Formats: sequence, C-alpha cells, structure tokens
Amino acid sequence: MKGLKVTYAIWLREFLAFSREKARIFAMVGQPFFYLAILGRGITSGMSFTSTGSVTYSQFMYPGVIGLSMLFTSIFSAMSIIWDREFGFLKEVLVAPVPRWSVAIGKSFGGATVAMTQAVILIVIAPLAGIWPGPVMIVEIIALAFLISFATTSLGVVIASRMSSMQGFQVVMNFLVLPLYFLSGAMFPMSKTPFWMRSLMAVDPLTYGVDGLRNVVFAHIVSPSGGRGIPLTVIARQSGLLQHSLGVDVAVTLLAAVLLAMAGVWSFNKAQAA
Amino acid sequence: MTNIIDVDTLTRKFGDLTALDGVSLSVGAREIFGFLGPNGAGKSTTIKILATLLKPTAGRATLAGYDVATQPNEVRQSIGLVFQDPSLDVRLTADENLKFHAMLYDVPADVYRTRADSLLRMVDLVDRRTSQVMTYSGGMKRRLEIARGLLHHPKVLFLDEPTLGLDVQTRNAIWSHVKRLRDDVGTTVFMTTHYMDEAENCDRIAIIDHGRIQAIDTPAALKQQIGGDTIIVSGDAALAEDLGAKYDLTPHAAAGQLHFQVAGGAAFVPRLMADFGGRITSVQIKQPSLEDVFLKLTGHAIRGEEGSSLDLMRQGIQLWRGQGGRR
Repeated sequence: MKGLKVTYAIWLREFLAFSREKARIFAMVGQPFFYLAILGRGITSGMSFTSTGSVTYSQFMYPGVIGLSMLFTSIFSAMSIIWDREFGFLKEVLVAPVPRWSVAIGKSFGGATVAMTQAVILIVIAPLAGIWPGPVMIVEIIALAFLISFATTSLGVVIASRMSSMQGFQVVMNFLVLPLYFLSGAMFPMSKTPFWMRSLMAVDPLTYGVDGLRNVVFAHIVSPSGGRGIPLTVIARQSGLLQHSLGVDVAVTLLAAVLLAMAGVWSFNKAQAA
Repeated sequence: MTNIIDVDTLTRKFGDLTALDGVSLSVGAREIFGFLGPNGAGKSTTIKILATLLKPTAGRATLAGYDVATQPNEVRQSIGLVFQDPSLDVRLTADENLKFHAMLYDVPADVYRTRADSLLRMVDLVDRRTSQVMTYSGGMKRRLEIARGLLHHPKVLFLDEPTLGLDVQTRNAIWSHVKRLRDDVGTTVFMTTHYMDEAENCDRIAIIDHGRIQAIDTPAALKQQIGGDTIIVSGDAALAEDLGAKYDLTPHAAAGQLHFQVAGGAAFVPRLMADFGGRITSVQIKQPSLEDVFLKLTGHAIRGEEGSSLDLMRQGIQLWRGQGGRR
C-alpha cells in the first residue's frame, strides 16, 4: 500500500536525520544522568521520603524521568516540521503525490523511534536510581515508553503543523510541555496535592503514562524491608504513590495515542508549505 | 503539436489583490517555456497553481490532461519542481535525498539506482553523492534539486527562478543541463525568471506584468516587435540635425551620444560611414533585447519595479497564509 510505504520513508528519514545530529545525541545521553545522579540524589538527601515505606525518591522519580525524556524528545522531534518548513524541505513532502495522513503518521513513528534510543539509555542507567531491570521489565518499559512518545510526538505534530516559525517553540515549551510534565506526577505524588492540582493531573494524559511506568518498575522490585517480599506496587498503592492499575494506565495512554495521532493527521492535512 | 499544459483564463485573488488576472497560455511537449516578469507579477502564483499548491479563484488549468484543481495527485506524479528556495534535507547525503524522493514518488528500487547514477552524472555530483548536503555550495544544491526533480521522470519540470543568486558559471551549467534534459529525456521545462539574458534561452516566452500576460512568442519574434536595431553615434554638434534630415528620423541625445532606430543596423552602418564618415567618432549597433521588449510592452523596466503595490501584494499573501487557508 502506497501510504504505508510513505510512512516508512518519512520514518526512515526522521531516524537518519536524527542519527546525524551529534549534539542532540550527546544531549540525549547526558540529560538523564543529571536527572538521576544529581536531581534524584539531591532531593533524596534534601527531604525525607521515608513515610512512603521502602520506596526511595530515586525509584519513585525514575519512571517520571522516562516520561519527561519521552515528552521532550518527542516534542522536539515533531518540531522538526517547523524546521523543515523554514529550510524548505516540507515543500518536497507536500508537493509529492502522497496522502498526507501517511506523512503525519510517519512523523509520529519517527519521533517515537528516536525517543526509544533515549529509553534504552535510561534503562541502561537505571541502576543509578537503584533499579535493576530484568528482561520482562525492559520489554514493558520499552512498550509503554513507545506508546507515550507516539502520543506526545503526535501532539507535537498537531501544534507544529500550524506553526510557521521556531519562535513559537518557546511558547509551546513554556505553556504546554512544562505544565504537561509538572502535572504528570513525574516528580511528586499526586495524592498529596491540593484538589485543583489533582484535577488537572487527572486530565493530563502523561499522568497515566508515568503511572503505568511506575506500575511496571515497582512490580519488579521486591521490597527488602517490607517484610515477606511484598512487591513495591502494593506498598506504593497503599501510600498513594500509584494511582491506577496498569490496565487503566495502558488503556488511557493508548486512547491518548490514537486520538492525538488522529488530531495530528487532521492538523497536518491543513499544513502549508511555506 | 499537442499541448502538455493548457491554462484557460486563470484568476487568483488574495483578498482584494488580484495576483493573476485571466491568464491563458499553452505549452507544447518538449518545449522550454519561460515566464518572464518582475517580482510579484504573478509568476510564482502561476507555478503554484499548476503544481497544485494553490487553488485558482477562477479559470481552469490542465497538465498532461489532468485538471490541477481536481486531480492533484495525478498532476503531482507528472511534474517535478525545483523551488526558488532549496528544499533538501541538508543533514542527509545526496543519495539519501534522492532515495527519499524515489520512495515518495514510487520509483522502484532497481530503476532508482540506474536513474540516480545517470542523473548525478548529469549534474556532475557523482563524487560527492555520499556527502551530507550541508557541505554543498549553493550551485551544487540547486543541481542536486534539479536531478531530484527529474528522478521520477516528470512530464513537466517546473523551475522557479532556478538560477537566482547563482554565479554565472553555475547559471550556464544549469542551462546546459536544462537543454540536455529536453533533448535526452524529452522533458517539458516551464521556468520563471527575471533575468532577461536567461529568457533568451527559452523556446518561447510569456511576458507577465501585474498578473496579466502581455505577450507570448519566441524571443526573436518578440524582439522584432521593437522594429529594428538601435544605432548609437557620437560626433560633432550639428550631427543630430544633419542625420535627421538625411535619413528622415529624429535621433535623441543621451549622455553626449545620439540614439536612433533603423531597420537593419548592420547594413546601415556602411551607408552611414559613407555619408558622414569624417564627422563620426564612434558607432555602436545595439540589437533589441528582451529588456527593450519588456519596456515597450509594459512601459516600465523590469527592475526597479519593486514598488509599494508589489510589497502590498506580498504582504497580502503572507496574511493569507497566516490565516491558514488550504494550500
């Protein structure tokens, strides 16, 4: 089918172009280190996280850092549409005899794939957060992270298709990406926030992605101090560190991914060459 | 000769501004057709409509038998476009840019390989094919774009100001490519330019100004409209009067020289020298240029015409784009 071939071409180009951006790759490797090694350790020593039983702050934050990385990497990937528009490459795509939906979906897959390299890096450095991932956990993290980044790249496509310059990027970062991130429960548990914030967090799709990752990560850690080998999931749920079941998290994230991909297609359909 | 492009009273308005005002023209297969006019005259608007990037307000255009407004995909498959601004991914290599294009245009992998080889040879980029495009010069990028535009064997290649901002050497090289294309591949070339000397290379030219076609003909026929060559002489003070009396013409003086038109300049000069030999210090014959044609047809020179109305039109286009109108 022609459309899928185009989707593949867009995906391939996205990944090839990414592989040439040494600075971006370097930043991708470096950033998670700072989060886990500096922020995680710093906050752990700065505040007591003992009331939550045996979950360390680093362990709590680790899924949040994955969520953050997926969000930022994906939005940045989608913003390449604006870059392509400024440098003219978008015209090459828009005048080609190809269905627009296949381009938009290709962008979303491309962004998600680029984000996967980041996910792999994060899995490799998981021990920094006191987490030792096994094969099942790795597969589960990758699957969820892919879903999250596919959704967030699509969100980026929705916005970038309508934006004509990189200047608008700052606005998007400040008024969309940061709130999405802060309200996702990546850095602090939702259960202790005021009602208004909790309501906003409940409608942030990233909340479910982060919660899902937390479900996955906690399920594979058996608390040593929790007595007779209780999985962290149980303790975390009791203390409000986990909000939903993995099923709910996956379902909501999947729904968000599908809806945002459709919105991305719709928005890209209206995109103009210059 | 069958026409590959037929344009019938095409009109395009941007709000109150009429960018194209009833343009009609036909381009034959294997023709190199030039679209000549100042910036803002409607050249790019026409190309955009023919390339399905813009819908006409009124009128109809067909390309290779397909209606540009209602059969965009068929038209897109039939054309190659080289834009005013580069549209390559500079992070990719030449090969990768071509490969991507082949995938978008459904060129089979084995066909792609032979075509890419010969096209890269044609534009003289074979030894740089695995370099990232960001390391290319402006002329190399343009040549690569032309190669890319031909990869899917389009029936019509649109070149929007293909040599804008390029040095003379590169301009000449691109022109020899364009001509070879027509001869070897049989591509019809539709190009816009505001370089007069470039338009001379076209088989036929349409002169457009303020959204209207002023004339369509071969460069030679257009220049014949001027009515002969311009003779420029300098000599003594009474020369103007005596020349006028002798040949029944009215020379006009400019920068200390006398200008006048005669039918056949080359045959006239020996006569002039026989009659006024001792009194003339210099003679020039100037054959009519497209510049003169343009001046005669529109009443103004092609350059220095970037007036406020054109700027307004460009702003209008920007505004219209900003409002997010489709295509």
